[in-house]
Amino acid sequence: MMSIAQLFFYVSAAVAVISGFMVVISKNPVRAVLFLVLAFFATAGIWMLLEAEFLALILVLVYVGAVMTLFLFVVMMLHIDWIVHRKAFVRYLPVGLCVALLTVGLSIRMLGPSHFNLANVAAPAAKPADYSNIADLGAVLYTDYAYPFEIAALLLLTAIIAAISLTHRRPKGRKQQEVSAQIAVRRQDRVHLIKMPSEKKR
Amino acid sequence: MSFILPIFSAAMPELFVLCMASLILLVDVFLPERARIITYVLVQLTLIGSFLLSAAEYRDQVEPIITFSGHYILDKLAVLTKLFLLVASFFAFIYARHYTKEHHIARGEYYILGLFAVLGMQIMASAYSFLTIYLGLELVSLSLYAMVALQKKSNVATEAAMKYFITGALASGFLLYGISIVYGVTGKISVAEAAGFLQTVSMSQQGIVLFGLIFMMAGLLFKLGAIPFHLWVPDVYDGAPTSVTLFIASAPKIAAFAIAMRILVEAMPGLVIPWTHILTVCAVLSMFFGNVLAIAQTNIKRMLAYSSIAHMGYTLLGFIAGPHSQQGYSAGMFYITTYVLVAAGAFAIIALLSKPDAEFDHIDDLRGLNERNPWLAFMMLLLMFSMAGVPPTVGFFAKLGLLESLVEAHLVWLAALALLFAIVGAYYYLRVIMYMYFEEPKRAFVGTPLSISPGVMAAISVNGAAALLLGLFPSALIDMCRISAS
Repeated sequence: MMSIAQLFFYVSAAVAVISGFMVVISKNPVRAVLFLVLAFFATAGIWMLLEAEFLALILVLVYVGAVMTLFLFVVMMLHIDWIVHRKAFVRYLPVGLCVALLTVGLSIRMLGPSHFNLANVAAPAAKPADYSNIADLGAVLYTDYAYPFEIAALLLLTAIIAAISLTHRRPKGRKQQEVSAQIAVRRQDRVHLIKMPSEKKR
Repeated sequence: MSFILPIFSAAMPELFVLCMASLILLVDVFLPERARIITYVLVQLTLIGSFLLSAAEYRDQVEPIITFSGHYILDKLAVLTKLFLLVASFFAFIYARHYTKEHHIARGEYYILGLFAVLGMQIMASAYSFLTIYLGLELVSLSLYAMVALQKKSNVATEAAMKYFITGALASGFLLYGISIVYGVTGKISVAEAAGFLQTVSMSQQGIVLFGLIFMMAGLLFKLGAIPFHLWVPDVYDGAPTSVTLFIASAPKIAAFAIAMRILVEAMPGLVIPWTHILTVCAVLSMFFGNVLAIAQTNIKRMLAYSSIAHMGYTLLGFIAGPHSQQGYSAGMFYITTYVLVAAGAFAIIALLSKPDAEFDHIDDLRGLNERNPWLAFMMLLLMFSMAGVPPTVGFFAKLGLLESLVEAHLVWLAALALLFAIVGAYYYLRVIMYMYFEEPKRAFVGTPLSISPGVMAAISVNGAAALLLGLFPSALIDMCRISAS
C-alpha cells in the first residue's frame, strides 16, 4: 500500500518529467515557458517532501513569480517564429531518441532499486517537530558556506557585466537634451534684432 | 555550534585579484576613450601582483592548508597551477591588445571579463569541495562565453558564442548532475571527505558513485575539449576572435587539469580502475581523431583546434599512467603547461597576421612568411616543432616524459599508439613550416614585409625562446611539476 508521501512523490515526479519533456517539444515558446513553470511547481513539491520548505517556497516565489514572468515578457516581445524548427526536430528525433533511451536504460541499470534501496543508502533520520529549515540554512550560509556564497555573488556580477557589454550600444546619433546648455543660454545667442526699413503694403 | 574563522592570508592571490577587478571596473567607467590603456596596464599589474603573492606562497608554504570550512586548499598543486595560469593569461592579454584595438572589440570590458575569468581559474585551482569546483568553473565559462561574443558585428563570432554557450551549459549540467548524485550517496561535499567515505562503502554504493563520476567526467572532458565531448572545439576556436581563441586555448586548460586532479585522483582514488578504463578510450580516440582530422583542415585555426584535441588526449595519458607510475601525473602537468605555452604563441602569430578588415587564417596565408618577416617565421618554426615533439624543443621532453611513465606503468601498447599518432601529427605541423620556408608568398603579399610593434614582438620572442630553452634545460620545470603533482 502506497503511503500519501509516496503518492505525492510519484505524482510530483511524473508531472516534473512530463512537463520537462513538454518544454522541449512544445512548438509554441509561450507554452514551453508555461510548462517550465509547471516543472518548477512539481520540483517545489519534491523539495517539500525533503523537508526543505524554505527552498521550495523560494523556488515558487523567485522562479515562478519573478524569473518566469520576465521570461514570458521576453518571449512575447521577441515574437519568435515557431514553425521553423519543426523540421530539425523530426530530423534529429531518431538519434536523440536513441541517446535518450540508452542513457535512461543505463541509469536505471545503475541506479535501479536493486542498488539504490534503503538497505544500501539509509534514509535520513526524521527531524524533530520544532525543526526549522530557515534556521539551519541561516546558521551555515554565512559561516561554513561563506566562500561558495561569495563566489556565487561574483558569478552574478560577471553575468551583469557580460549582459551589459553585450547589449550596450554606443550613444551615437542619439538626440538628447543638454539641460545645462539650455539654462546657460543667453538672449543674444538665440534672438538677433535686425534693423530693416519698414515696408508698406501697396 | 562552533565556527573557525578562515585563514584569509592563504587566499591572498584571489582576494587581490578580486579587489583589483572591482576597482578596475569602476576606474574603467570614468576613463575617456583615449586613456583606455590605463585599464590594460592595471589588469596586467594585477596579474603581476597576484603572481608575486602566489610565488611567495610557493616558496614559504610547506604543509597544505585547508581553510574556509574545507572549501579551499592551498597546496603545491594549487599554487603551481595558479603561477602557470597567471603567466599564460599575462601573455594572452599582451597578444590581445593589438587585436582588440584593430577589430573594435570593447576593450575595457574585454580585460575586465578576462580578469574575472582568471579569478575563476584561481578558484578552480584551489577548490577543495565539489561546490567550489563547480562555481569556479561557471565563473570562467560565463566570462569566456561573453568574451567570444564581444565582437558584436561579426556573425561568425556570435554563432560561435551561441554554440559555446549551449554546449557549455549542457556540460555544466552534466557536471552538476554527477556532483548531486555523489553528494546524495556520500552526503559529503568536500573532496577529502568524499574520498574517505568511498573507502568504507559497499560495492553497490560504489556503483552509484561511479555513475555520478561518469557524469562529472563528461563535464570535465568537455572543458578540456577531449573526444567524445570535443565538437565545440573547432567551431569555437575558428569563430571566436583570435585573441579570445588564444585565451580559451591557454589558461583554462591548466585550471581544468587541476580540477581533474582533484576529482579523479584526490576524491575518487577508490574508483581508479573504472576511470582509467574510461580515460584510456577517450585518450586513444582523441589522439587518433584529433591528429587525423587536423590533416584535412585548410584553416589554420581549425587545424590548431583539432591539434588541441589531440594534445588533450596526450594529457589524459598522464592520468592513465599516474596510478601505476611515480611520475605519471607530473608528466601530464608538464605536458599541458608546455602545450599551453606553445599554443598561445601559435594563436598569437595568427592574430598578428590579421588586418582590421580581414582575417588571414587560411593555411595559404602563411606561404613565404619567411620572406615577409624572418624572425616571426622562425618563432612559428620553434612553436610548430614543439607541438610536433621535435627535439630539442620542449614538446619533445613533454612527450618523452609521458611515454616513459606509460612504459613504467606497463602500458607499452598505449605508448606505442601515442608515438604512432605523434608521427601522424608531425605531418601537418611540418606542412606549416614547409609553407613558410619553401613556398613563395601569395601574389597579394609579395614585397609587403610584415611589421609588428616591438612590444608584441618581444612577447612572441620570449614565448618562442621559452619553447626552445625549456627544451634545452627542462629539469627545473619538471622538478616543479613533480613536487606539485605526485
